[in-house]
Amino acid sequence: MVVDIAGYRVADWVAMTPALVLGLTAMVLFIVDSIEPRPGSSSNAVLAGISTVGALGAFLLAGTFLVLGVGQPRGTGAVDLFNGQLVVDGMSLFFVVIVGSVTALVMLASYDYLDGESYQAEYYGLVIMAATGMAVMSSANSLATVFVALELSSLPSYALVAFVKENRGSVEAGLKYFLVGALSSSVLVYGISLVYAASGSLQLNAVAEALSGSVELVGVLGIGIIMVLLGVAFKTASVPFHFWAPEAYEGAPAPVSAFLSSASKAAGFVVAFRVFLTAFPEVGGLGGGEPVVDWVTAVTVLAVVTMTVGNFAAANQEKVKRMLAYSSVGHAGYVLIGLAALNTPDRGLVLGASMMHLLVYGFMNTGAFLFIALTDYWGVGRTFQDFNGLSEQAPLACAAMTVFLFSLAGLPIGGGFISKLYLLLGTVNAGAWLLAASLIVNSALSLFYYSRVVKAMWIEDSAGEFEIDSYPSSLYAAVVIAAFVTFALLPAFGLLSPSAFDAASVLFG
Amino acid sequence: MPIAGPVEALLGVTLLGAFLVFLAPDEYAGKLATAVSLVPVAVSVWMYSVFDGAGNALLGGTLAFESDLGWVSLGRYDLAWQVGLDGISMPLLLLATVLTTLALVSSWTPIDERESQFYGLMLLMEASLIGVFTALDFFLWLVFWEAVLIPMYFLIGVWGGPRRKYAAIKFFVYTNVATLVMFVGFMALVFGLGDSISTFGMAEIAQALREGGNLSTLAGLAPADLRLVAFTLMFAGFAVKVPVFPVHTWLPDAHVEAPTPVSVMLAGVLLKMGTYALLRFNFTMLRETAEANAGIIVAFGVLSVIYGAMLALAQQDLKRIVAYSSISSMGYVILGLVAFTPHGFGGATFQMIAHGLISGLMFMTVGVIYNETHTRMVGDISGIADRMPWAVGIFVAAAFGYMGLPFMAGFAAEYLIFQGAFASTVIPAAPLVTAVGMFGIVVVAGYLLWAMQRTLFGEYSLATDYDVSRAPVHDVAPLVVLLALVIVLGVRPGLVYRMIQDAVNPLLHGGVVLW
Repeated sequence: MVVDIAGYRVADWVAMTPALVLGLTAMVLFIVDSIEPRPGSSSNAVLAGISTVGALGAFLLAGTFLVLGVGQPRGTGAVDLFNGQLVVDGMSLFFVVIVGSVTALVMLASYDYLDGESYQAEYYGLVIMAATGMAVMSSANSLATVFVALELSSLPSYALVAFVKENRGSVEAGLKYFLVGALSSSVLVYGISLVYAASGSLQLNAVAEALSGSVELVGVLGIGIIMVLLGVAFKTASVPFHFWAPEAYEGAPAPVSAFLSSASKAAGFVVAFRVFLTAFPEVGGLGGGEPVVDWVTAVTVLAVVTMTVGNFAAANQEKVKRMLAYSSVGHAGYVLIGLAALNTPDRGLVLGASMMHLLVYGFMNTGAFLFIALTDYWGVGRTFQDFNGLSEQAPLACAAMTVFLFSLAGLPIGGGFISKLYLLLGTVNAGAWLLAASLIVNSALSLFYYSRVVKAMWIEDSAGEFEIDSYPSSLYAAVVIAAFVTFALLPAFGLLSPSAFDAASVLFG
Repeated sequence: MPIAGPVEALLGVTLLGAFLVFLAPDEYAGKLATAVSLVPVAVSVWMYSVFDGAGNALLGGTLAFESDLGWVSLGRYDLAWQVGLDGISMPLLLLATVLTTLALVSSWTPIDERESQFYGLMLLMEASLIGVFTALDFFLWLVFWEAVLIPMYFLIGVWGGPRRKYAAIKFFVYTNVATLVMFVGFMALVFGLGDSISTFGMAEIAQALREGGNLSTLAGLAPADLRLVAFTLMFAGFAVKVPVFPVHTWLPDAHVEAPTPVSVMLAGVLLKMGTYALLRFNFTMLRETAEANAGIIVAFGVLSVIYGAMLALAQQDLKRIVAYSSISSMGYVILGLVAFTPHGFGGATFQMIAHGLISGLMFMTVGVIYNETHTRMVGDISGIADRMPWAVGIFVAAAFGYMGLPFMAGFAAEYLIFQGAFASTVIPAAPLVTAVGMFGIVVVAGYLLWAMQRTLFGEYSLATDYDVSRAPVHDVAPLVVLLALVIVLGVRPGLVYRMIQDAVNPLLHGGVVLW
């Protein structure tokens, strides 16, 4: 099989190079570590450099492919690999862009954060392997590859959350994450088996074909679909498998929290989008007929509950990192709108908005968690009060954090403004008034708690005689880059939005 | 088409200036910001002098200083960088630039900490305001509309009074929710228009809606219901900004806690965003719905007039008095708008300018008195007239302007509104309703005369330990300029009323200019 990339005829596996680059980077990291295995030597810079370059490479490759039209209708159409087990299309490339950029930022920031820690190579290797899994998730086009890719990204994540072995919180968070992860994996795999029982196939298009006529085992199929939905909810930190998120994000090292809450969530969503829209459109009534298994309603309920639970819990937190963790659950609820507000002929609009929200979220949320990493580095405490008057000592970092928080709240200081309003617009388009109302209420609530951090940094007077003595350059750089991109995505929103909306429309056939 | 027209230049200079001021040392920040802000004033005055727009921006009129560039393509909609001015937005743009400069000068005395941040934020706010009054693409307009909140939040929260944190967050959340509600209403209209609309250009949508008939059913709402729902949501959203009773409660808190220059901007320009939006959206795009529900809308307007005035009557704090009286004055704008007569629309727009100048003047004067006395409570001060003759003289003049003294801008505005409202054919029992609204003026006169008598005249006494002396020249200078503008517009309202009238007439004649 050959595909056409920018006029060159190359083998079809070339389309998977972004994921391959990530996988190769992980291998290189292990080789470097085996040459110089002692911790604390100069290897931190080398390891961070290799992993940043690898992630950046995947990001740039995927971005270039996206611009060149690889896998998209204006190119030669979706690239099928291994009999449709994997697919490279606009959707998959778009999500590799998100995963790659988040990973690159996190790797850059980790250089300072890991300074003096042991097991550095393992840390970088695990992050890159998890990223590889996420890149494969974006391409997974069969329930089998979905499961394998999901596990490939999950297993390193469990270890990463528990990375700080001496810290009880970190280990406890790792254990909780692992237990919930194991439970939800088993739910997912059982759901997959039930779908297989009803359709006789694992490949998503084949499943859709098998289910397009009259379905015999409706009950089995229904339970299967719901269980798949729940399994994916774990990865996206949505209700009902969301409760690991605050624990894991709070206990994990802050760069890992940034990675999991941005990249891992995006990867979970791409699986949800692809599985439900490729395999179950007819069953869900998107083909025009009566829904056999009304998963659209199920997702609507999940969306409303997820955003409400996330935001109300976030409003009640005393620790900034935990607040961000719950707000991450809330944002999962917003993104779910892309699978819920589908009662309209123009479904690409709302799904494209969800994808763009995940892209912007990748920068603003990663940035916010990296700011927390920065405060960890300085030894600033974790509560809102501990942030009082921080802007006097670190105005640039605090300005960046303000950009992240206000963009998360949907104010026009970053791309989050357009993507959130576009989600709201999608609900109106579908006449989903319940979703619209809960988005408005939750958005207002989120403005309240995000601005608590801003208030602490800029308005409150600092309490103690706290002194910042060093400014870690790579961590700072990562925060500032994230802030710049978040801001730039407001005027330059159109850079990637056509790809997102095109990719979304393609999925609806 | 040139890439950068005057509007882009205005925005660029203001934003760049804001950035420079953020980096400037505190000692120079105030002077630098004022100097920077003179550029937008000069440019906007020049724009006014060569203004060649005609008709209404949304109804096929000729725009002045127009530019229209592609910005973002989002699904089946294209967002555009579309800016331009007509006879409604030109005076408001002037108001924004002039008032910002004067507010900056009036900040020199009261603002004495984190000055570069304060002045930088003030310029950021000016840039957003310029955008609000020039943008003609809905999404672009919305960016500026929401961007105003960010500097405002900090300006109230950092430099405000004792309850500043509460006031800042209340203002923030209240107005943000209002925006989202309004957004849903407007989007319902856009989707109701269906595939015939491919941009969020306000003109395109307004014309499609006024032609009527091509609104389709959305989510089970028939076209007529859709109009009503959209009108209600948009009215509710904008009413918060105006503010209209009963969604005004953020205003007294924000005003009282905000530092004086910020109050000036809040009352002088930010409230006008609400009425400007009502005029542009509700009363232009959904004319029939507005006319059909004129009785209810006018009730909100008149209630605001009377209720605001009554609340002002009950206050002891000079700033609170002016703040509540703003609710009353903005009620007149609603009354004028809903009349659907040439003078009603014209007067309402003129009142935005007049009230912007006069309320700005009032707040500034209260601020100058506060700078010397360090109190604003009516009972704490008396007889300061001979110690601060200039400031007190201007206070008296401004108060009379507020009461609608002839040859001052307020008189022209209120006269036009009442004339328009009297002649209205859509307001039920128009003369009676107008008369009730006019009663508000009596109350205004009551509390202002009472407050002046207690504080300015009589035996000198002061409850605080400060020595009252003449205010510095740079405190009084903006007052003199503002008063001069109020008088000029009172004597020659035609300076702006002519272009306003030209822009509002198409609203009444289905897009055709009759005279």
